[in-house]
Amino acid sequence: MASDTTAAAHDSHDIAENLVEQATEAAGMPQLNFDTYANQIFWLVLTLIAIYLILVKVALPRVAAVLSERQGTITNDVAAAEELKQKAVEAEDAYQKALADARVEAAKIVADTKAEIQADLDAAMAKADAEIAAKAAESEKAIAEIRDGALVAVKEVATDAAAEIVSAMGMSADAEAVAAAVTDRMKG
Amino acid sequence: MATDAHEEGGLVFHPMDQFIVKPLFGGDQVHWYTITNVTLWMALAVVGIFVLMVLGTRGRAIVPSRIQSVAELAYGFVYKMVEDVTGKDAVRFFPYIFTLFLFIVFANFLGLIPGSFTTTSHFAVTAVLALAVFITVTVLGFVLNGTKFLGLFWVASAPLALRPILAIIELISYFVRPVSHCIRLAGNVMAGHAVIKVFAGFAAIAVISPVSVLAITAMYGLEVLVSFIQAYVFTILTCVYLKDALHPSH
Repeated sequence: MASDTTAAAHDSHDIAENLVEQATEAAGMPQLNFDTYANQIFWLVLTLIAIYLILVKVALPRVAAVLSERQGTITNDVAAAEELKQKAVEAEDAYQKALADARVEAAKIVADTKAEIQADLDAAMAKADAEIAAKAAESEKAIAEIRDGALVAVKEVATDAAAEIVSAMGMSADAEAVAAAVTDRMKG
Repeated sequence: MATDAHEEGGLVFHPMDQFIVKPLFGGDQVHWYTITNVTLWMALAVVGIFVLMVLGTRGRAIVPSRIQSVAELAYGFVYKMVEDVTGKDAVRFFPYIFTLFLFIVFANFLGLIPGSFTTTSHFAVTAVLALAVFITVTVLGFVLNGTKFLGLFWVASAPLALRPILAIIELISYFVRPVSHCIRLAGNVMAGHAVIKVFAGFAAIAVISPVSVLAITAMYGLEVLVSFIQAYVFTILTCVYLKDALHPSH
């Protein structure tokens, strides 16, 4: 009797287990099959440790180094570009200054040359003026001589003519008196 | 149900069969050490991460190659997320968070290969990930802040009478976090894969098959998005929870 009931209980237990198994399979959720949990968890933990080690030992330091190196390169390049720009500005300033200096120099040369030419010109003019003045004085002297010569000639001619006229009138006259009279008349 | 479908002719639906954990080298028993399809696809994820993060960055180039670009992009993406969400002092947890992110991304995308096994569709996997975050946050909270960490549940800005009630609600929400954290990821991935499989089942009927193929294509596109978004969500929530441990006073 007692063994019967245990057997029956066993049976019912088995049936129940079967039912549960069937139900699980029918529901079809392999996710709820707890037999595989230990397996999945074991491999998952192993996988995570592997990934963590790969990242920490190799990948992350390397990527971080590359990124910081790139940042450094960019910063350096920007600084270098800034420096070159500064240099270009300086070069332009130097060029402008040289240009201005050259202009001033050129203006100075022009002024010097002008002054020199002016001096030469002035000297030449003065010389020419002096020559002209000398020539004029010479000519004046010549004219005066000619004029003096003419006066003497006129006096002689006048004296001769007066003497002739006096003699033609039939009177004799003293040569000295005629000359004195002519000179007297010519003054008046 | 399944047998009914059989009798109706040609329609076979086994949308959940793709999630079965099977030993790779014969045998029925799945012991904890058995090499199963879980092992294979997790190993492939590790290989993928190794190729991307180690081989891809081998050149250490100032001007990166394509793969190195992707590796740097992933690094910058998660690093910025940790920095923005959790704070600058949380950068020391970055390798831990980056490990989670890379594993989930690679597991999700490898799972999209037809015929593959998706490790992140299993609650066993996502629960371990979520519990790891939960335990880390809780332990870290108490180690860094001592009993002040309990201030997280005691909302000082609320009226005094409400505070005990709010404390109970906060406490419940705190303990629900790992559950939602793990079910969100596994649920999304599993549902998407199962739906694709159901559409594939319909393809056996000639009249419906073009629609079925279109639907599979659309679902696949959606799943590509979901794969990344779920990894992103999991990671950003990890950052948010970690923030509670580092700065419990909101």
